[in-house]
Parts: sequence; structure tokens; C-alpha cells
Amino acid sequence: MSEPHIETPQEADAANAGPVDRAGPKDNATAKPIGDVLLEVDNVTLRFGGVVALNEVSFSLRKGEIFGLIGPNGAGKTTCFNAMTGVYRPTSGGIRFQGQSIVGKKKHEITRGGIARTFQNVRLFPEMTALENVMVGADAHHKTSVIAALFRLPRHHREERTGRDRSYQLLRFVGIEHRAGDVARNLSYGEQRRLEIARALATNPTLLCLDEPAAGFNPAEKKELLALIRKIRDSGVTVLLIEHDMRLVMGVTDRIVVLEFGKKIAEGTPAEVRDNPAVIAAYLGVPTDAA
Amino acid sequence: MTTEATSSPAPKTPAPGSMSAQEKKNAREDRGGVRGWYGRQPKIVRIVLGVVFAALAFLLPYVGEIPLLGPQIVTQGIDWPSALFNMSYYVLLALGLNVVVGFAGLLDLGYVGFFAVGAYTVALLSSPDSVLRTEWGWLAAVPIGLAVAMLSGLVLGYPTLRLRGDYLAIVTLGFAEIIRIVATSTETLRGDRGFSDIPHPPGEFSDGKPIFGVADAIPYYWLGLAVIILVIFAVRNLDNSRVGRSWLAIREDQEAAEIMGVRTIKYKLWAFAIGAFIGGLGGVMFAGQQGFMNSQTFILQFSILVLAGVVMGGSGNIAGAILGGALISYIPDRLRGIEDPIWHTDLFGFRFAIFGAVIIAIMIFRPQGLIPSRRRAMELKDREKEVAPIE
Repeated sequence: MSEPHIETPQEADAANAGPVDRAGPKDNATAKPIGDVLLEVDNVTLRFGGVVALNEVSFSLRKGEIFGLIGPNGAGKTTCFNAMTGVYRPTSGGIRFQGQSIVGKKKHEITRGGIARTFQNVRLFPEMTALENVMVGADAHHKTSVIAALFRLPRHHREERTGRDRSYQLLRFVGIEHRAGDVARNLSYGEQRRLEIARALATNPTLLCLDEPAAGFNPAEKKELLALIRKIRDSGVTVLLIEHDMRLVMGVTDRIVVLEFGKKIAEGTPAEVRDNPAVIAAYLGVPTDAA
Repeated sequence: MTTEATSSPAPKTPAPGSMSAQEKKNAREDRGGVRGWYGRQPKIVRIVLGVVFAALAFLLPYVGEIPLLGPQIVTQGIDWPSALFNMSYYVLLALGLNVVVGFAGLLDLGYVGFFAVGAYTVALLSSPDSVLRTEWGWLAAVPIGLAVAMLSGLVLGYPTLRLRGDYLAIVTLGFAEIIRIVATSTETLRGDRGFSDIPHPPGEFSDGKPIFGVADAIPYYWLGLAVIILVIFAVRNLDNSRVGRSWLAIREDQEAAEIMGVRTIKYKLWAFAIGAFIGGLGGVMFAGQQGFMNSQTFILQFSILVLAGVVMGGSGNIAGAILGGALISYIPDRLRGIEDPIWHTDLFGFRFAIFGAVIIAIMIFRPQGLIPSRRRAMELKDREKEVAPIE
């Protein structure tokens, strides 16, 4: 609980500084591509026994935007993510992706359907090389059967080749191509975070969900990450971002939803959300906690 | 040697295609020791070495002819070609179990069950003792035996592969015991009386004598070796494909794998089915050579032994599984007919004690196995790097 509050003063400053470096490049870049509703979270409630992790949460993402999901620790952000990616099944409510319900679908089906994600605490395949990690993601759309792999049929060779090339390109895209041959465990923390993004992108997503991608980053790394997130959006992928760091959120997102104790307490542009009294009370520190 | 591969200036910007080839080469060159050297050789050299190695394996029955060294290697209490044949089906089993345990990371304690299914299917179809009275030839019964073994893998796997770790181990343990108890207590499977006169593989020499006779085990060994070579190619191909990648991903983080689009149940089922198929292969070979089998053949010890072989040799590595499988068969056979100096009994009686000691020693001095998998080798190399940083 204490961590976000320690950061609060800086975050508040950052939030004030936010709009300035946000306004310029973003508005121009995003004005056009934002389009139809891509993902619709409709009245989702998720209970674990007596605990209500999500309480009638609704919001929708539009194609081409960078969408922020914020809130204090334990607000239900990651739970919301997990409901969207099939890890949890909502107790009630619906989640629709590109018009189709994804509630009850298997995790790998949702991934193939176009939702990819990263994890709050990095979950790579530690003994695989960076390239192999990304290739696992690329395999999501490959059709080589076990028989084709067994007998090295042409499809196996073709897909191995295209998969490897594409994975390599993605490593370059996130800026760690020089580590392609190293096992993931040996990569630095920042490189591992980037590798996770590359792996998720390899599944060819329409929507990329990043779960606190900047956790543990220094300011310089955060800045690079910000650029990367914009680059991803500009390549045509909608981005959903869970983040603690207000500077990052304010600087990069188009719209934000704020959760607290499993309930949505605010929604709007970064500027609107920042001025919302409920958000200030909930997120930026409350008097009772000040001591 | 390690740094030249990882930090070479080459991987900056060349075309993706050439890049990946370079990466692949780097991954091979990364390895030290014999395998690192082997990996750096041009393809033609590697093929020639492979062929030479296979040829030497085919000549193993004659190793006793080598002066001085030969007699140390060959077994005394059991004729050498028979010992070699025993090794060959243990190696097959180890290769199959390695797919399940080493590649997919599914702990299977009842692997002998598939061996039994393969052997019993052949016996039922071909032995005159069988209620079926079909009395097929061995070769005709083999495909059915393999199919049934594979099917049994799917039947066992489908409901149980949602379990993980210890739970899966218990279920597979139960499976093997069920097979054994059913074999012991059902009339059709003839319990201890077993099946006799299971036909041998077909084939005759020009003088009319069968190739696969009772006395000479060499042809069986060669057959086993040929099957092993085919299995090695098959397993290697799978390992170096998206299938192997999926298995590894499942082993390392099942949930993350699933979220990256890996169909975990499907690939785990395949691992089970392939393992069962190879286990069945061992079973049909065994039935074809022995000519007789009963329910006592398929005791639990068998499963544990094969698993010990895989772990001892190096779980997840094909060469390791081969070595481990060969050792678990060779060590006891080599002990046969040797008198221990204190009680003057056959050392064979102490095989499990000696085995236990050997396994404990290996686990202490080489916990990753005799020939560890590439991943393990890398892990070790990293540790070395931490100790003595270069650059």
C-alpha cells in the first residue's frame, strides 16, 4: 500500500507537467486512427468468495487508442486484465471483443483472436533464448502440425523461416535484437520487459495489454518505453495500459478509466481524470493516509 | 569462447534471413566441450560422424573380440548380444519417457504401462495361448500393438493432463499398477501363466534358417538399433520445431504459454501419445524377442528404473536419455555372474543397492545428468561466467 503514496508528490508534479509534453505529438497522431469500439467490458462483476474484485465495471476501448487503466493497489486492474484474457471468468457481465463475446473462451483462443498481454511480474520462458521466446508467440498463428514437424514437411520449413524472421524483426522493433541468441534469464530487467512486449506482439494482436510495463524503470527507461508504446500504437495496435506511474499514463494515453476497490470511479481524458476530485482522493493520496 | 559468440559485432543490422542463420550458428557455437566442437563442424562432417557412430553401434556385438579392453566390456552372466538387445529396448523406453518427462515436463511414473499395452496386444494377436486364436505373425501384430499403445496414452492423458506435477505422477503410477493388476487377474490376459510362443519377427537367410531365431540375439539387437535410430530422428525433428518449443514453454511456464497461444492440452496429449507409442515400440520388440511374457514382467520397478535412467542420463536431452537407458540395463547385466568377495554370491543380487549408490553419486556430482540438455549446459556456463567475467 505504501509504495504509491511515497511516489505521490512526484506523480502530482508529473501530472502537472504531463499535458505539455503530451499535447503536441499525440493529438496529431491519434486524431485519425481512433475508430470503432474494439473491446467492450459490460457490467463485469467478479467475485472470489465474499470478495468483490470487480463491481459492475463497464468501459470500452476504441480501435487505435492508447487506453489507461489506473487505480491504487488492489483496485482490480490486473483482475480486470485477467478477466479479459480468459484467466478468470466474470461472475456476471459480458466482455466483447470485435463484437464477439469472449467470456468462457480458452486463453489460447483469446490470444489467437487478437488480444495479447504482458505480465505485471515478467513471465518469460527463462531457459529459452530471446528469439525462441518470441517464436513461441509467433507460433500462435502457425499451422504446422505435429506430423508436419515430425517429417519436416515444407510447411514446417516455411513457417520456421518466416517465424524466425518475424521474431527477429520484432526484437529489433523493441530494440533488443543484439540479445536474440541469449537465454531470457540472462537479459537485464529492462530487456526482459521489452522481450515480453515483443513476444506478445508476435501473436499478431489487435489489442495489446501491458500490465505495469514501467514497473522498476528509471526515468530514462520510462521515456524509452513511452516512445515504444507510441510506436506500437502507430503500427496499428490498440494499447491498453495498466500503470502506476502517473507521468507515464498522463503522457501517453488518450483516455483513462480509474478503478478503486473494484469500482469504476472516473473515466475520461487524462486532463479530465486528473481534475476529478474522486480520483484525487482515491489515487493521489487521501488526508487520512497523509501522516 | 563464450563471449566471441554472444558479443560478436555481426548481429547489428544485416537482413533478417542471414541474421537468423547467424543466430542459429551462434547458439551452436556457444556450447563448450565435445558437443560445442561437434556443433561447429560443417554439416557434412557432422553427418559422417553420425554415420560412423551408428556403424560402431552396429558393431557392438563384436566388441568382445578387441584384445584386453573387449572382455572388460562384455557381460559374463548373460550372453553379450542378449544384453545388448536388453539395452536396446531400455534405450527405446528412455527415449520415449524423455519426450514426456524431459521435453514436456510431465512426470510419468507409470511408463511401463505403455510398454505392457504394446507387448500384450502383440501377445493377444499372435500367441497360440490367446483367446483370440488369431495367431497372426509378429509383423502384422506390430502396427495394432503400436496403435493400441498410443491410444492408451490418449485415453490416460485426456482426463489426467489437467493435473500437474505430483498429482499427475500419482495418476500415472496408478495407471501402470492397474495394467499390471488387470493382467494378473483377468483370465484373458492369463496372469502368471502368461503367453508363450509369441512369434519372432519374420525373415529367413538364404539357407532357410530364420534370421530372428532363439539362439542368436544379434539380429534382434540390430533391429532394435535400427528402430532407435529412426526414433532419434523423429524425436529430434519434433524437438527442433514448434512442437518442441511448445513443450519447453509449457514446461517453463504453463500459464504464460497458454496466454501466448500455445494449446497446452493438445501438446501435452501429443507428448503422452508419442511417449506411449515409443513405449509400445519397446513392448512389441520385447514380445517378439522373448517369445514369452507374463504379468510379472511389468512390475513398477521397471517404470522407476527407466525414469532413473532418463534423469541420470540428462533429462531433456536425447543423447542423455540414450546413455541413461543403456546404463540402467547394462550395469545389472554386467554384474551378473560376478562373485562378490564377502558373501560369495552373485553381485546381480546387489544390483539395486549398487544402482542406488550410483544414482546418489550422480545426483551429488552431476545433478543435471551425465549428458545434460542444452538448457542445463547453458545454465552451467552462465554460472561459470558469473565466476570469471570476461570482457
